[in-house]
Order: sequence, then C-alpha cells, then structure tokens
Amino acid sequence: MLDRRLLVVTGKGGVGKTSVASALALLAAREGRRVLLVELDPTGALAAAVESPPLQFEPTEVAPGCWGMAMDTEAALGEYLRLYVKIPVLGRLGALARTFDFVAQAAPGVREILTIGKLCFEVREQRFDLVVVDAPASGHIIELLTAPRVVNDLVRVGMVREQTAWMLDIVENPDRTGVVVVTTPEELPVNETLEMVGRWQRETRVAVAGVLANRVLPEPFGQREESVFERLADDRFRDAVGTELGVELAPAVAATRWAVGRRRLAAHHLARLRHGLPGDLAPLLLPDLPTRTGGRRLVTQLRDHLGDELDVVLR
Amino acid sequence: MTGEASGRLGLSGVCATRDLVVVCGAGGVGKTTVAAALALEAAVEQGGRVLVLTVDPARRLADALGLRELGNIESRVPLEGTGLGAVRGELWAAMLDARAGWDELVERHAPDAATGDRLIANPLYRDVTGRFAHSHEYLAMERLHEVHASGRYDLVVVDTPPSTHAVDVLDAPGRMIDFFESRLLRWLTAPARSPLLGLASRPFYQVLDRVLGARFGEDLAEMFGLLSLLRPGFVSRASRVRELLAEPRTAYVVVTTTEDVAMAEARRLVEALSDRRLEPAAMVVNRGAPQHLLDRLDRRIGLELQQCSEDDATVARLASLMEVPAPVLSGVLSEMARRTEDLVWFVEREQQRLREASHLAPVVARVPTFDTDVSELDTLLRVGGSLWRDHTGGAD
Repeated sequence: MLDRRLLVVTGKGGVGKTSVASALALLAAREGRRVLLVELDPTGALAAAVESPPLQFEPTEVAPGCWGMAMDTEAALGEYLRLYVKIPVLGRLGALARTFDFVAQAAPGVREILTIGKLCFEVREQRFDLVVVDAPASGHIIELLTAPRVVNDLVRVGMVREQTAWMLDIVENPDRTGVVVVTTPEELPVNETLEMVGRWQRETRVAVAGVLANRVLPEPFGQREESVFERLADDRFRDAVGTELGVELAPAVAATRWAVGRRRLAAHHLARLRHGLPGDLAPLLLPDLPTRTGGRRLVTQLRDHLGDELDVVLR
Repeated sequence: MTGEASGRLGLSGVCATRDLVVVCGAGGVGKTTVAAALALEAAVEQGGRVLVLTVDPARRLADALGLRELGNIESRVPLEGTGLGAVRGELWAAMLDARAGWDELVERHAPDAATGDRLIANPLYRDVTGRFAHSHEYLAMERLHEVHASGRYDLVVVDTPPSTHAVDVLDAPGRMIDFFESRLLRWLTAPARSPLLGLASRPFYQVLDRVLGARFGEDLAEMFGLLSLLRPGFVSRASRVRELLAEPRTAYVVVTTTEDVAMAEARRLVEALSDRRLEPAAMVVNRGAPQHLLDRLDRRIGLELQQCSEDDATVARLASLMEVPAPVLSGVLSEMARRTEDLVWFVEREQQRLREASHLAPVVARVPTFDTDVSELDTLLRVGGSLWRDHTGGAD
C-alpha cells in the first residue's frame, strides 16, 4: 500500500479518516519516506490529529519526515497560472481568482481539476515520495479523482487537454495511485463502504488500494474466559464474590455484557464487509483504542497497529 | 412559547409549537434516526399529519418507513401491528432525493420551453447540475418549501443532507440568489448578449480558451447565458425558501454524539445559526450509555476488581470457591474492571456533554444506545420516547 505515490483516504463521516490518514503518513515517514499529508477540506481536524499549528498551503513539517498542507484552490490557481499559463497575474490575482471562484461554482470540475492538479503536481515534482490525502466523505471524492478523465473527455484541445493527460498517467495507474476506504464495523459505514468500493470499480479507472476497518473491538473473552465469566455472573457466585470483595458486582457484569454484545454486533458487520468485498481486498483491521486517547497519541498508536497489519499481510 | 417553558416540555414542546423542524449535525451522528423518531413520536403523541423527509436511511429503516419502493413519493407509514393500538396521527415519509430535481426546476423557471431544452442539451449542463452552487442542498430546501407550502402536513421534520459543513444547507438559497444576482454573471454572459458589451469579458474568455480550449469556453458562455434567463424565477423562489428557513415557526434541532469531533461540529453549527440570527430549539446528545447500565454504577467497582485481579491470594481463594482456574479468573476480573472503568468514563463524558449542550440550546434531549440496531418501528419509538424528555443540565 505504501509503495504508491498518491494515497487518497476516504470514508463515511465519523469513521476516523483523519486519524487513519495521519497514521498512514507517519508510518511511511517512519520507514524513511518523505511524506506530504494534505487536508482537502480545511476544517483543522488534521492539524488537531497531528497536534501541529494550523496547516497552510505551503507545506510545513509536522513530524520527522512528514509535511502537512491545507488545500486552497485559490492558491493552487495562482501557482498554476504562474507555472503554466505564464500570466503575470500576481497583482491582479485577487480579481481573477474571484472570477474563477465564481465560475468554479458552476463550471464542471474547475475546482476539482485545480485540487487534483495540485496533488498530481506534487507527485510529479518528486519533492515527496508519498502524498497522503485526507479526503472528504465518500461521494465527493469520486468527482475529484475522476475530474481529469471528465475534463479530458470534455475538452478536445488546449492546454488543459495536455495537462489532464499526465494527470491521468498518475491517477489511473494502480502502481502510483490508490484509494483507501476507511470504515467501522457498524451497519451504515459497512453499507456505504461496499457501495463505494463497487462504484470505484465500476465507474472509475482508479484503483482501490485497501479497505481499513477502524475501531474493531477486541474479542473480550475466549471460550474458557466466557464460561468463567458466566459462572461469575450467576446469582450465587456473583453475590458471594461481591461480598468477598466488598463491591456490588452486578454493574460490572452488565458493563461487560454490553461490551460483549457490542463486539458480537461488530463481528457480524465485519463478516458482512469481508463477504461483500472482492477477494483481493481483505479488510485490514485497526483496534478500538480507549476513547480517551486522542490527538498525536491516538495517531501514533494507530500507526503502530497499521504497521503490524501491513507486515502480516505482506508475509 | 418561551425557552423556559419549552425547556420543561422537552422536544414535545418544540414539535407542538412549530410546523417545520430541521434536524442538523455532523455526518454519522444519527440525524436520520433522530428525524424519523421525532416524526413518529409527534404523530403518535400529538396527532395530526406528520411528514419526515429523509436523506439516506439505512436499508432496514427505509423498509420500516416503506421507502425502499416509493423513494421520492410521499407515502403513509403503516403503524398498525407495532403494539401502539389506535394512533391519533398519521406518519408520512419520503426521500429527499435531489438527483431527479434539476431538470424539473429548469423547466419550471425557464421563460419558454426552447430555453429550457437548450439548457438541458448543453453538454456542460448535465455535469454541472451535480455541483452547481451546492445544488444538492438547494434542491433539498426547495423540496422542503414545496411540501411545506402544500399545506398537507401539520408538521414536517427534515433530515439534512450530509455535507462537510452542515451550514451549507442553510446558505444554499442565499448562494443561489447571489449567483443569479451577481454582476459577474452579467459580465460573463455579456458576449452572448452583445458583442460590444462582451469586450470587457473577452480577455477572460481568451485565457479560458488557452487553458481549456475554445469549444469549452463557448459551451460555458452559452450555459451561463441560458442560466441567466432563468434568473427571475430562481431568485423569487430562492427568496421564499430563505424566508421559510428564517420563520419563527421553523425550529432547528442540532444532533451530536458524545465524541469530540461531533460535539465540535455541533458547536460550530450553533454559532453559524446565531450568525444567521437563528437559534437552535434543541440539542440532541445521541448514543449515550444504555439506560440499564447506569444503575448503581460506581467508579469504585472497577478499581476494586482491578486490585483483586492482581492479588494472587484473593484470586486463588475465589477460584477455589467457584471451582475455576485462577489465571483465567484473574483475566476475567481484570477485563470486567476495564469494561466498568470505560463505562464510568463514558458516562462522565456524556454528563459533561449534556451540561455543555444546555448552554447551547434551551432544550436538551439524550438518546441512549439501544442493544438492537435502530431499524424497526418499535426501536424508533424508544428513541422517540427519549427525545420527549428534557435533560437540560445533565441526565437524571
């Protein structure tokens, strides 16, 4: 997965995309690669995840070997015009950018092509070995990654036509670009993931590099533990043990049962995910970390788990 | 009704005094479920005709609401056989599907059929409609206005489309107006109207031609030209939608979970509402701890269990009493300790969220997690029951 040049991390809202994208970037950085981590939708969530100051369009180093940037289509447009159209726009960029902003509201793919153009530009320039994108929730990202194809088909001549050709070489090459779909073992995220993977494969020429199931609850008990727990939950022992310890055991039994029940439900959805995905896309599992873990600590732990998962798969 | 009085009544007060309830919040917090449960509860408890307009229901919820076949068409949800007995009100449901809507809008607002046809035939139009000025959000609001204006329902509960920024939904009509009223649109469409006027925008199109190719620029100019002919219809309609969203009889309910990200988005949403001089009528804290687990829960239990699991003598004594292997018992006790501590922490965070929520809205409802997936009408009713109780200042 990490051997590609561009990884786009997506998934339904609330599944932990930003943490997973950060973990992927930190993992690649730990293995010695220079990584650019991009927040497409500047909500500040990515900066919070890696505990850095707010990200700018200009990349800043957020961890050893890992740079972060926030996408800004206006800045991308400025860069594009300077580099390719060779228009001396600096002074008049404000007015021109406003016009483009307006056109971008209505014109197909203008915003998308600028965004994907900037991402592909970073891949091509090779200042970074890997570009990891924290993308918005599922639907919009298809439009983004297919924008070069759409524009290529719409625009017959002109500079953009030439521009989209090299972008397609990056985006539609499975060795260079991959989509990573993040999900959780819950009903709606699994449904959406299956639907999205289907759409990527049917409607686009962009490869799905992997599916990551996040917040997978650990199996609390094996069979032996289960039977001991049941004995403990039984009235006679529960009260006897409770008296012995001087605490009421019933709430602990109920809390544990709840955890076991949640785990069963999650296992059911995980099985659905496995069953519904194409054979070559077995989901990688990331554990449910204690809820009070957040920020850099969470991301670092996820990074280590992800490293282990990828090792297992490679062997 | 004052905030204080509706506070005592919980969300029932909101539903009784408003005729439109907009349910908003970050993606994945359970907006769809809350909207459906609110509508069901209002129909059952308060009577009248209640419509829930939903966006993307899970399959079984869609089944329960009869939406899988009917989709866009408003249809009545059968409430018989749910153990409710005689229900006073009627529950209706429809999907808020925007995809089919654009051609219809263009046809409605075009000055004549030929203009509409030309626009729909424009090669860029099809692709554009998906992105146009947050068209999805706008169409949702347009549909809402249509349903509301029909007078067919006493209460309409609407689930908002998943968008990165929930506020986009509220801004959609204004954005649509800005687009059509903009001087830029007139400037860009000048070449279509008069060659002389077009002089000003020519450099722009020349750049565009260089960048995108001439054909693309022509199509774009034609599309903007045709769109500008639709201006009067769009602007007056969008103004009415915007008025509806600002009416005092329209209520906003902000849904969150106890998680940081969801709560941060809820806070942003409340700020955004007040920037627009709107106020949230209620906050819903969803996916709280299951009610039955809260009984006699005590931090001390987890601590004692953890200590005991590490004390070999105690474990050995208990293991022989229970006739089970000591190491396994130790592991089980330690696991139970962790689960109890997790739950205590979860409940404390939830309390904190509820207190926070009561600073943001006059009414706060708390929905616990249910053991079953929320997909059947009877589970939906349990959610609805929770929504009816006020939790301003914390759980009871």
